[in-house]
Amino acid sequence: MAEEQTETTVIVGAGHAGGMLATTLAQKKYPGRVLIVGDEPYLPYQRPPLSKDYLAGDIDLDKLYLKPQETYDKAGIDLTLDTRVEKIDRDSKSLKLANGADLAYDKLVLATGIQMRVLKAPGSDLNGIHYLRTISDVQKLRPELIEGHKLVIVGGGYIGLEVAAIAVKRGVDVTVLEAMDRVMERVTGPDVSAYFEKRHRDAGVDLRTGAKVAGFEDNGSGHVSAVTTESGEKFEATTVLVSIGIMPETALAEAAGLDCDDGIVVDEFTRTSDPDIFAIGDCTRHKNLFYSDAKRLEAVSNAVDQARATASVLCGEDKAYDAVPWFWSNQYDIRMQMVGLSDGHDDSVMRGLPDDDSFAIFYLKNGVVISVDAVNDPKSFMAGKKLVAARATPDKNQLSDTSVDLKTLT
Amino acid sequence: MPKITFIQPSGETQEVDATTGVTIMEAAVDAMVPGIEADCGGNCICATCHVYVEKEWLSKLPDPEGDEEAMIDYTADPQDNSRLTCQLQITDELDGIVLHVPESQY
Ligand SMILES: Cc1cc2nc3c(=O)[nH]c(=O)nc-3n(C[C@H](O)[C@H](O)[C@H](O)COP(=O)(O)OP(=O)(O)OC[C@H]3O[C@@H](n4cnc5c(N)ncnc54)[C@H](O)[C@@H]3O)c2cc1C
Ligand code: FES
Repeated sequence: MAEEQTETTVIVGAGHAGGMLATTLAQKKYPGRVLIVGDEPYLPYQRPPLSKDYLAGDIDLDKLYLKPQETYDKAGIDLTLDTRVEKIDRDSKSLKLANGADLAYDKLVLATGIQMRVLKAPGSDLNGIHYLRTISDVQKLRPELIEGHKLVIVGGGYIGLEVAAIAVKRGVDVTVLEAMDRVMERVTGPDVSAYFEKRHRDAGVDLRTGAKVAGFEDNGSGHVSAVTTESGEKFEATTVLVSIGIMPETALAEAAGLDCDDGIVVDEFTRTSDPDIFAIGDCTRHKNLFYSDAKRLEAVSNAVDQARATASVLCGEDKAYDAVPWFWSNQYDIRMQMVGLSDGHDDSVMRGLPDDDSFAIFYLKNGVVISVDAVNDPKSFMAGKKLVAARATPDKNQLSDTSVDLKTLT
Repeated sequence: MPKITFIQPSGETQEVDATTGVTIMEAAVDAMVPGIEADCGGNCICATCHVYVEKEWLSKLPDPEGDEEAMIDYTADPQDNSRLTCQLQITDELDGIVLHVPESQY
């Protein structure tokens, strides 16, 4: 009798999570076939450099790829790029691809990432208004970042600020319009925001908080010439970058009737409401055993750790996702590393001083360290990783005392 | 082409052909060496590219400095021969280097 056919796992989305899953399966000698279908024309790549070294022109395209083509070939991973998946048919367990082909799966993994939140305002469809998610987006934006150009960045999140830092260094006249009363409001606390605001202003960025965009003006030939705010101010622009957040890409999952709630709902094993379908990365609202409530995160750490959980399940090991998420941002010579999630903290402790350009904020809840933001302070980040994972309750005075070695507290 | 040998905690070894001009981390990741996770992609953020360098090779490497030095000290099990492979450029001089992958990167 012929040997039973091995199972086929299809991964939708050739991004960080999808690429990581495929190669982790290969590392674990998963016996099934692994196929990735992605709508971008590139091998799975890392996005963090898109607003950092790659935008700055400091690294080449091939440094972005998680692995070279050869690695996928050797591992027998089948990549179909530049091809969108249009539909999931759960009854026949097959996918409809944009090129008309049908693709059968035994196990399906959705790693579809995000959609940019689009700013809808008068003039928002003018030329010269950019978004930043893909390599192609960088290739359109980078040539605009030249001396004498005026760049208005809508959104003072970490991506907008990373771009501001690179642009101002290149001699671009940069304005950042943030609607909230401080930058990076969603990812960090007020002390860290204040530090970054100062550094950007010192570098020559015109940074405005509480600035809500009203619309965009036309230069007369369909190209943006200015951004206007609700308070009636007008900022001249040759180029605009809109970076006001994202939405999880759940279209396929929703159309297929999978549970979604601002993200594809998955358990700690990355399973959706269909036992043969998994979802990982930015597109998920997920269970992480470290937390009591479901989370949705945009972070490489979450993408790769969820990919590891799926790989373990597909290989029959069932290792749940329970890792503490972490994150980073580079702006100018500032390297910020963050671990844990600070929402719900009731106390915080500063270690070191912003004026020394090296400090960390430890966020506490009921005395437990739940998160650390470390600015040019890798020791606090690394120690923080251990403290958060251990749900440690160190003495506050010791945390803030830079003469105390954090290792003694972990 | 310099060759790099990775030894797993189990004793299993893997020889990787590397090209000069990339980091040891990149060579390991491209060859899917288990245990070299490199989650941050070589930015010296995550310390999941940590290895122990076979002692006789240590003198061929520049000393760790800055963030690498600070981070190593706080890895799961730091040793005198600990290095972060994303901070090590491959040179012809390193042909034959032997690296031990730690039990866990976390
Ligand atoms: C500019 C920028 C900077 C960032 N910086 C950092 C950072 O410093 N640190 C950090 O931790 N994180 C950072 N992130 C976030 C990080 O890149 C994401 O968390 C990570 O990429 C998530 O991986 P993913 O696989 O879930 O999604 P993605 O990497 O976005 O991949 C999803 C892929 O699926 C494709 N896709 C979607 N729908 C379909 C379909 N129907 N058919 C086929 N393909 C489809 C998408 O086009 C995309 O290629 C950054 C993101 C951006 C955009
Ligand atoms: S790859 Fe992250 S520190 Fe080396």
